Amino acid sequence: MKLAEIRDILRCDVLAGDDDLSTEVDTVVASDGMSEILAFARPGALMITGLTNVQSVRTADIANVRAIVYIRGKRPDEKAVKLARDSNIPILATSLGMFDACGILREQGLKGGM
Amino acid sequence: MAEELLRKTYQIRGRDFDKAGETATEIKQILKELDIDAGLIHRTVIIAFEAEMNVVMYATEGVVTFVLTDEEIRLEIADKGPGIEDLKMALTEGYSTATDEMREMGFGFGMGLPNIRRNSDDFNIASEVGTGTTVSTMIRLDQSA
Repeated sequence: MKLAEIRDILRCDVLAGDDDLSTEVDTVVASDGMSEILAFARPGALMITGLTNVQSVRTADIANVRAIVYIRGKRPDEKAVKLARDSNIPILATSLGMFDACGILREQGLKGGM
Repeated sequence: MAEELLRKTYQIRGRDFDKAGETATEIKQILKELDIDAGLIHRTVIIAFEAEMNVVMYATEGVVTFVLTDEEIRLEIADKGPGIEDLKMALTEGYSTATDEMREMGFGFGMGLPNIRRNSDDFNIASEVGTGTTVSTMIRLDQSA
């Protein structure tokens, strides 16, 4: 599924990487625990998290995550957005909660990373 | 005897959350430029990042030593800090002594050391309470060996 479709389905604002949302993702890893992301994200996965600090972007970069969706209406600070831009990691933000965001993407055919 | 190709050391400061991860990111870049297998890079940087976060969260300061030989990647993370009282428990998934503040950072869920061990071909940890902890890890370049 293209990031542009995910943006539309989850009604996201795009905070970084809005110039190219044609990137495809097939798997998703969702957690507020960064070690879980590091342990279980398949390279190229979409990461869904409520953690919005700079470590969330570092974790995405280290885990080779393709893009981040922040949930519950939370917004990353400027440092995190800048790091995402520098690391070429698109950032989307939705007001949906973790359960709903995951459920909707699961219904649309995306799979877990484990 | 393995031939050492590269050796770098990085200073990590405790509580420096903003910089945490820079060492892992730099090591990732170095290994990418050397065309090391992507899976091995992935494992190496997870080790480096988790170890950095441990130093930042728990220790006063630490040194990461990154060594590449023609046979393996070695990472040693030596910190000055409180040490670990119960190593066996610290290596158990889900066990943590983290504070709420650490958890708010997205870490401290009892997976750091297990993640480091899982991604290592060889793993050693030594700790002295009140002095510090040293984690030594190795990843073989030739996974068929």
